[in-house]
Amino acid sequence: MFCCGVYGFITRKNMIAILISLELMLNAVDINFALFNRYLYPGHMEGMFFTLFAIAIAAAETALAIAIIINIFRVTRNVDVQGLDKMKL
Amino acid sequence: MNSVGSIIMYVIITLVMVICSVLAVTTRKILRAATYLLFTLFGAAALYFMLGYEFLGAVQIAVYAGGIVVLFVFAVLLTSRPGDNSEKLTSKSRFLGLVAALAMLGWTGYSLFARSINYAKLPAMDPQTMDEVGETLMGSGIDQYLLPFEAVSVLLLACIIGGVAIARKR
Repeated sequence: MFCCGVYGFITRKNMIAILISLELMLNAVDINFALFNRYLYPGHMEGMFFTLFAIAIAAAETALAIAIIINIFRVTRNVDVQGLDKMKL
Repeated sequence: MNSVGSIIMYVIITLVMVICSVLAVTTRKILRAATYLLFTLFGAAALYFMLGYEFLGAVQIAVYAGGIVVLFVFAVLLTSRPGDNSEKLTSKSRFLGLVAALAMLGWTGYSLFARSINYAKLPAMDPQTMDEVGETLMGSGIDQYLLPFEAVSVLLLACIIGGVAIARKR
């Protein structure tokens, strides 16, 4: 799943698709935290809480990124990374 | 993974997750990619439930499936006409992405299988109660998480303000 995220992150041109790939990678890492916590230290809860905070931060990051993407779309009328070479009009 | 039934469930969940994540990055229609992402997130939540982390699974469904996917769908519908296909990939970037992904897969798979033979059996765990989760999240003692909790709340506030500031009309 993480590898799918890496593949999508490199190959996609649409910014929203890149963001989706990013979410896939974050989720794979979260699952790994929870699984290793469960298998190696079943009595502890550190991995679970790390996953919890990672989910919260991922939500914040996604909301902000989508705000930026919509703003860019409003200025340039497309969301492909190829045509984006200026930060400010 | 102690009984046969849970092994079958685990295999089904992981297969659904892997297939949906592959489809999410390979499909041409961006809205379908968001839908496959939703199924992958549900698979992750089911995995958390199977591991005994009920709170984590509930958070996963509420935050990801309830919030983030809706945001994605809104953004997709705002920025592209429905029925739009993304343009064809150039073979160079596809090749680069495949190499990076397969190298990553081989590396992680090797390090996982070289070490994880001992952990084939799920160790027993008392399912933690909601009391424990809440106390660990809100307590200020050692091994308790009040400070990160507050930090995350400040981060979310900053994110809300930033989002409004970025997306407002000039």
